[in-house]
Amino acid sequence: MSINGKPKFAMYWAASCGGCEIAVLNTHEKILDIDTNFEVVFWPIAMDAKYNDVKAMEDKSILLTLFNGGIRNTENEEVANLLRRKSQILVAFGSCASEGCIPGLANLSSLSDIFNASYQSASTVNPDNVAPKTSVSVPEGEIHIPAMFPALRPLDQVVSVDYYMPGCPPESHQISRVIDLVIKVISKEADLPPIGSVIGAGESTVCDECPRHRDVKTIKQFVRVQDIDKINADLCLLEQGIPCNGPASRSGCGALCPKSGAQCIGCYGPAEGVLDFGARMITALASVIESNEPSEIERILEGIPDPVGQFYRFNLANSLLRTGTAAWRNNASLKE
Amino acid sequence: MTNFTTSNGNKERIGVYVCHCGSNIAGTVNVEEVAAWVRTELEGLGVLISRDYKFMCSSLGQELIQNDIKELGLTRIVVGACSPHLHEQTFRTACRRAELNPYLCELVSIREQISWVHTDKDQATEKSKAVIAGGVYRVVHHQPLEPLHVPIHPATLVVGGGIAGIQAALELADAGYPVYIVEREPSIGGHMAQFDKTFPTLDCAACILTPKMVSVGSHPNITLLTWSEVRQVEGYVGNFTVTIQKKARYVNDEFCTGCAICQEKCPKKVIDEIYEAGLGYRKAIYTPFPQAVPKYPVIDRQNCIYFQKGTCKACEKFCPTNAIDFTQEDELVTVNVGNIILATGYDLFDARRVSQYGYGRLANVFTSLEFERLSNAAGPTNGDIVLRDGVTVPKTVGIVHCVGSRDRNFNNYCSVICCMQGLKFAHIVHERTGATVYNFYIDMRTAYKAYDEFYQRVLEEGTLFVRGKVAEITDAARLPGEEGKLIIQVEDTLAGKQRRIPVDMVILSSGLEPRSDAKDLAKLFGISCSADGWLIEKHPKLDPVATMTEGIFIAGSVQGPKDIPTSVAQGAAAAARVLGRIQQGEIAIEPILASVDAEKCSGCRICNGLCPYNAIVFHDDRNVTEINPALCQGCGTCIAACPAGAISGTGFSDTQILAQIDGLLLLNAE
Ligand SMILES: Cc1cc2nc3c(=O)[nH]c(=O)nc-3n(C[C@H](O)[C@H](O)[C@H](O)COP(=O)(O)OP(=O)(O)OC[C@H]3O[C@@H](n4cnc5c(N)ncnc54)[C@H](O)[C@@H]3O)c2cc1C
Ligand code: SF4
Ligand code: SF4
Ligand code: SF4
Repeated sequence: MSINGKPKFAMYWAASCGGCEIAVLNTHEKILDIDTNFEVVFWPIAMDAKYNDVKAMEDKSILLTLFNGGIRNTENEEVANLLRRKSQILVAFGSCASEGCIPGLANLSSLSDIFNASYQSASTVNPDNVAPKTSVSVPEGEIHIPAMFPALRPLDQVVSVDYYMPGCPPESHQISRVIDLVIKVISKEADLPPIGSVIGAGESTVCDECPRHRDVKTIKQFVRVQDIDKINADLCLLEQGIPCNGPASRSGCGALCPKSGAQCIGCYGPAEGVLDFGARMITALASVIESNEPSEIERILEGIPDPVGQFYRFNLANSLLRTGTAAWRNNASLKE
Repeated sequence: MTNFTTSNGNKERIGVYVCHCGSNIAGTVNVEEVAAWVRTELEGLGVLISRDYKFMCSSLGQELIQNDIKELGLTRIVVGACSPHLHEQTFRTACRRAELNPYLCELVSIREQISWVHTDKDQATEKSKAVIAGGVYRVVHHQPLEPLHVPIHPATLVVGGGIAGIQAALELADAGYPVYIVEREPSIGGHMAQFDKTFPTLDCAACILTPKMVSVGSHPNITLLTWSEVRQVEGYVGNFTVTIQKKARYVNDEFCTGCAICQEKCPKKVIDEIYEAGLGYRKAIYTPFPQAVPKYPVIDRQNCIYFQKGTCKACEKFCPTNAIDFTQEDELVTVNVGNIILATGYDLFDARRVSQYGYGRLANVFTSLEFERLSNAAGPTNGDIVLRDGVTVPKTVGIVHCVGSRDRNFNNYCSVICCMQGLKFAHIVHERTGATVYNFYIDMRTAYKAYDEFYQRVLEEGTLFVRGKVAEITDAARLPGEEGKLIIQVEDTLAGKQRRIPVDMVILSSGLEPRSDAKDLAKLFGISCSADGWLIEKHPKLDPVATMTEGIFIAGSVQGPKDIPTSVAQGAAAAARVLGRIQQGEIAIEPILASVDAEKCSGCRICNGLCPYNAIVFHDDRNVTEINPALCQGCGTCIAACPAGAISGTGFSDTQILAQIDGLLLLNAE
């Protein structure tokens, strides 16, 4: 407990877009509950604080840390380790920290390709060929900036994680629920769920919350939602050929996308117990493609021009096929 | 034999048994080393004892397991031996005898998947360690399971009324149990009904087949549904519900006496592509042959003048018993049976596909079935062997073996019967025409009882044998004496030279192929076909008439090319298997089943159309899917498909499979 008797709260962003932070602010007056019940000790987007302040804290002195973003560079890793040491409850908050999310798609490219695209490609004006270096000597001495790792890793590939909160970003009403829960736990009105659980989400999949009518599925073609003239307002999108990821995505969002006629892209991650979201969705769709003709099947599959984007948009770094750790192990340059 | 015993404080007490299988495994895998490695490396997981033994499946091997279970209080067993197909049941039974739940035993294949497919002993030994480690990791997560018991309906469905189906049906019916035969054609009999004589004894086919057909037709326990096809199969072993389409015959079988006046009076002649192999005619109202069972004809709607043009009805006018009924409609009948025997036979390879042999282009090139009809006393020429012109008796005849068989362009397999059938033809031609006969063969295959003796006989009769694959059959004469003849171009591999042999008639010994609709049939009954298209038996040696689907059996040439004696033996064997089932009264079915966690199921309905056994039901009201455990065969299709991970399978849970993978990778882990 802190001086004012309130438990301490921290929130941090590693490799992420900032949307998770906005989602927390988007809880409106709920944010006041955080202030009422917690002493906010570290939250770079909201208040000024230095890493050294955190380092100076006693181990386990922070009750709750919401950590968003994946681990892309040495700074991310350092802070992840630091906050793990200082926190009692570390939550992988949002899709990036939980499963890698969009930044994880960069695991398809080597570090040099990433740098080339950023600093050398035709769209970059860089006549002097400036490229980032991790250290440089200046008259005052040598200064360092964090080094990029060869792959992005979700938080739990670096430190142990107590809870996962999915979503890109997590829905504000779910954040409020979690805040309420923690407050209840503090006042001993509720118990924490088992370590390793997913919190702030449903137990089933998006289809469970989706009001669209469904029949036995047989798919003869895939179309992109923008290429369809008129979407049937009541029928399951998948049955209309729109590759909806609802069947494999964890519920909790309230099926916002399919309700408004856009396919679920899977931002809430896999359902409980599912190890590889993409593989699940691929086998599911493959099972209901209505053809036994290889050429016909080929044609149907052409309707999904970007399979990685379709099936691994959020979970590439956490997939069985291409985990951050695997890229990690094989990369000698990292062990420098 | 080496034994390693250790003590441990783990929850599970695991025994591991590595089989030598004589030298089958031990020749390629260092089994002693594997057993020792398991003991030291997997002790932490609860391995209490790890042994290797010459033949684990022997009664001594099984007793070894039983004694260890009793003496050491083992709670899990892993056997590294042959494929689970072969001996899973053996080791499960051994566990049961020692009062350990049989499903707590895991059989790991180190023979089919290791010793038989590798040559490097060191690597094979390492791989054996890995797969056994996988088994040990997995077995910890096994659950005790109890089989489900279902009653067996005493009736049997036989699909296909060829000689194999006939034999199966008679065996069952004679034993006192009801049988339904579904035959697609108007009569039973199959291919055998087309033949004149049968090798090697030269019995007249009709003389030995007709009595059996008649018994089928009159048997009180047999319900014969000809001109019928199975449309739907629901249920599971012991309790199938089968929907059969009885095509309209337009003949009322209560009145019809089979007098055949209608067939005589019908003005419409149709080329008979099936029974007469295109060589003869039938009428639009017909029975395929005079001894047909049942005796009632059918009207072939496509060719009937009344159905096509609206007038005629000659048959109706002349029928003395008013049996013709143009108002009949197709009927769907549903029957309940406990077991099903599939005996739908084969199709003849289409000789047109070997274009260099000229069938369909050169008039006097005949197929084997055409020749059967030609030589049949009841056939289109009354048994006279003549050229396509209908009068000329050939002076020289060439019989070409292996047409479409043992040929990479068509079928790699040997069609089994064609050599003998080629010899039979040589004999018949010789006997009836005195013509010079050449048989062109690649290898002479006369394996079974009295077959080679028949070959000797045909040799002695003066038939000329040319060993070599025929390259071409042409009517383009090049040399004197070739005009007006068919010239067979062949490399005589015994004489070591190219030959051109002019003949008057060529008979192509076409191979046997799976029925063109064999895959649909397999799908309908929930079984599988090999890559060639023949239905697959449960085990090629030890279980030749059962299939991987409980309650579905196969017999005769539907399983692969076969002669009549083997088809009959298989028909009887399938019947014996079914009788065994019926007499047990009930059957235990594997408790390897899928089930849906209703909490996790979102009702997305991805799985709903997938189950090959129709075990999946969707509850609209609650928006959840459920699996009927009595129908589920545990195939795993739906488990893999469910994107929500809501379906899990006993014996194959994610935990078990992932643990097994961890074990497999143990040796590679850092
Ligand atoms: C030219 C030739 C000569 C031969 N001579 C001899 C010989 O002399 N001696 C010998 O031992 N063997 C001989 N054989 C082999 C012999 O034909 C087979 O061994 C035998 O006919 C196999 O019997 P079966 O019952 O398995 O199949 P089939 O005879 O093919 O019978 C199958 C039956 O199933 C029916 N059927 C097919 N599909 C369906 C369906 N979907 N629903 C319902 N019914 C269906 C068919 O109409 C047919 O009645 C010869 C073969 C050929 C090609
Ligand atoms: S639209 Fe998407 S979320 Fe809705 S039922 Fe269909 S697949 Fe599921
Ligand atoms: S595992 Fe699923 S698909 Fe397979 S038989 Fe059972 S219910 Fe049907
Ligand atoms: S696929 Fe899974 S979630 Fe979808 S209906 Fe079937 S059991 Fe339910």
